[in-house]
Amino acid sequence: MTLDAKIPKGPLAEKWSKHKFDLKLVNPANKRKYDVIVVGTGLAGGAAAASLAELGYNVKAFCFQDSPRRAHSIAAQGGINAAKNYQNDGDSVYRLFYDTIKGGDYRAREGNVYRLAEVSVNIIDQCVAQGVPFAREYGGLLDNRSFGGSQVSRTFYARGQTGQQLLLGAYSALNRQIHLGKVKMYTRTEMLDVVTIEGHAKGIVTRNLINGAIETHSGHAVLLATGGYGNVFYLSTNAMGSNVTAAWRAHKRGAFFANPCYTQIHPTCIPVTGDHQSKLTLMSESLRNDGRVWAPKTKEIAEKLRKKEITAAQVKEDDRDYFLERKYPSFGNLVPRDVASRNAKEMVDDGRGVGGSGIAVFLDFADAINRLGKDAVAAKYGNLFDMYYQITDEDPYSQPMRIYPAVHYTMGGLWVDYNLSTNVPGLYALGECNFSDHGANRLGASALMQGLADGYFVIPYTLGDYLATIGPKPVDVKHPAFEKTKQDVLAYINKLLALKGTKTVDEYHRELGLIMWEYCGMARTEAGLTKAKGLISALRADFWKNAIVLGDNEEVNSSLEKAGRVADFLELGELMVDDALARRESCGGHFRLESQTPEGEALRDDEHFAYVAAWEYKGDNQPEVLNKEVLDFEFVHLTQRSYK
Amino acid sequence: MSTGNMNLTLKVWRQKNANIKGAFVTYKAEGISPDMSFLEMLDVVNESLIHKGEEPIHFDHDCREGICGMCSLYINGHPHGPKNAITTCQLHMRTFHDGEIIVIEPWRAAAFPVVKDLAVDRSAFDRIQQAGGFVSVNTGVTVDANEIPIPKVIADEAFNSATCIGCGACVAACKNASAMLFVSAKVTQLGMLPQGQPERYSRVQAMVAQMDAEGFGNCTNTGACEAECPKEIKMTNISRMNNDYFSAKLFREEATHDHAGGE
Repeated sequence: MTLDAKIPKGPLAEKWSKHKFDLKLVNPANKRKYDVIVVGTGLAGGAAAASLAELGYNVKAFCFQDSPRRAHSIAAQGGINAAKNYQNDGDSVYRLFYDTIKGGDYRAREGNVYRLAEVSVNIIDQCVAQGVPFAREYGGLLDNRSFGGSQVSRTFYARGQTGQQLLLGAYSALNRQIHLGKVKMYTRTEMLDVVTIEGHAKGIVTRNLINGAIETHSGHAVLLATGGYGNVFYLSTNAMGSNVTAAWRAHKRGAFFANPCYTQIHPTCIPVTGDHQSKLTLMSESLRNDGRVWAPKTKEIAEKLRKKEITAAQVKEDDRDYFLERKYPSFGNLVPRDVASRNAKEMVDDGRGVGGSGIAVFLDFADAINRLGKDAVAAKYGNLFDMYYQITDEDPYSQPMRIYPAVHYTMGGLWVDYNLSTNVPGLYALGECNFSDHGANRLGASALMQGLADGYFVIPYTLGDYLATIGPKPVDVKHPAFEKTKQDVLAYINKLLALKGTKTVDEYHRELGLIMWEYCGMARTEAGLTKAKGLISALRADFWKNAIVLGDNEEVNSSLEKAGRVADFLELGELMVDDALARRESCGGHFRLESQTPEGEALRDDEHFAYVAAWEYKGDNQPEVLNKEVLDFEFVHLTQRSYK
Repeated sequence: MSTGNMNLTLKVWRQKNANIKGAFVTYKAEGISPDMSFLEMLDVVNESLIHKGEEPIHFDHDCREGICGMCSLYINGHPHGPKNAITTCQLHMRTFHDGEIIVIEPWRAAAFPVVKDLAVDRSAFDRIQQAGGFVSVNTGVTVDANEIPIPKVIADEAFNSATCIGCGACVAACKNASAMLFVSAKVTQLGMLPQGQPERYSRVQAMVAQMDAEGFGNCTNTGACEAECPKEIKMTNISRMNNDYFSAKLFREEATHDHAGGE
């Protein structure tokens, strides 16, 4: 199948303006005749639901949490990028575009990324108007800080809780529309399937997580803003409930899944302490503005540190290897995430890791505290330091943090065109749920930017074009497709509830996570991936025989909820491995050991792999089919990424 | 999978749903590591219950990094447990000692009915926010962000109020089950900022009216809310809210436009 990304022709800077003019409009009196379903209420979903309701559409919004305010966008720490150039340091829309394309290792679309950079400036205006309390200078104007992969300060922030403040802004806009009766909000409700009629998405099937009721909802369009799939690794910085189910079920109804192997392993997370661990906690990338990453120069010193014979402070300056500053003098500690993570892994693999397990490096603030004072450091990062202390029982003001990479974000997701439409007409994907803007590696502070760009400034325009085309005729809720899909969902639930084996769902999830981390994590090989494929396939077969799922459908049943999500992760895991196997090059977060430069950096193969891999579901236990969308680079010259 | 050497006795509130009476049930938590979080300790207990074919203890939780506001356990008489300024998910087992008896209850308030076991329904909080916790601005109709300069001290103060995570610990801590700390945090955040001024007085009236309608109690200045708030929201927010509320009632018009109700 030929995939048409529908990128408008013409000069980069004019594509979006021209496209907006070319899109059909729905007249104001007709908008109230359309129903739009939005699944997920994070930055992308919350912003979309509110903005579409403001325009006059009737919106039904869904989240599995008890309130839309708890979507996992809330946990984003460091900030949001925007090409405002308030610092007069040479930033521009083009520079943000260029940094993002390069940061993604030339595996994203030029048109999409330019639009993202273009609307970034509107996002900041919007959030400030809502009352989002961004950090400010004494003159009353907005403050910025730096993030990885750029040499300008363009990141807006609200202490270490930027995601929280942006989400509460979108939540407040959503609340206003709920109050006005334009959004009907369904909380503690999980989407389990998409209803399609004659190839178009016309509704969803949901489960009420309180009483188990399986319900159908109709709409003229369905928007999925259900986040990423990092929890396929079990341990990640994602919330416990974050899952791939909505996106995966849509995939099984025909939506292509793009670049599933592109996962972001974030360099600065609190290391694992034991088998009991349920999740990993991020320490914001913003810390690399002031913190210096280092490991001991020799294995002997590392060994002494691990045995606690010496403390970090006792390691002499000459015995420390500030490896990022040494290898990448221009970007130093602010190299992109994939580069920082691989280098930390290299230190640990070389026997120079620290902490009890030896699987960590240091992030040291001693210089910053000497330079700025403890209070100034606390004002910038206080909540992060407190969090670190609560988890590790170590005071990061007096000893360096121990950090190690952890799964954080997934660049892959449902394939969408320039209009954010999947290949199933009427089905859209927004935010982390889609694959579109970050290529093979996302730059820090760009996830919040993309979520809000999609929700506030892209979908309100592009959705109208589709709705105007199909017309406002009400969706027939009596159509047999609704009942049929509902019965499919019920049958699947009953199949899960029949599992009365010996292993808990969490045990399967943990095992899957270990396989993914070992063979499809920071370094991947042909042999390892092939092995992983067999292991996952066997684990999945075992799950459907030996898992324990307790209770009934008609009640609060966390055991059943988890089982459905893990069953989907088991299928996704295999596809990720297939995708990683097929991409015989390294790019961004996808590092194939067989493909590296003499310095050990990711070596792309543009001749053979400058495409988006869009996978097509072909039925249970059938191999998926790879469709390729070739990436055209008209404006940017492809080079080997260098941060030296 | 257990990795530690602490053994504890848990007295946990079990309740099948809102309509069936609940009761305490005693469980053993064995082989607990001091490095586990409180919720990881419950995970271990739940895994062993599932292996025995017993229903796991239900509790709300999600981000497990202290920001989503979902976790809500009342531990040994304190919302979010014995330590100050953290949520339950940030509480670690090193805070307890080997052999300790730990009592775990849900938030108790008429406006927060129990959903199951330790999870409660906090949708009343959402309805209060829907009544007025916003600035009426549509997407796209804005000025450049730096055209609204805000003194740093004001921005920082507004931020301190805005850090509320909506967990409901303030209500759980209060003998009157008052939600005034929660409501006043949003009223204060928006009331301090220039963007919030046009609706400042209609907002406070609408939010307080909804708060009362939900059945939350009144404030009698005990201060338990401030003491237990995981985000250290201050009671001065309540003073500000009262101030705005009385100003609104004495000198201003009734709530108008968006805050007054549907279209």
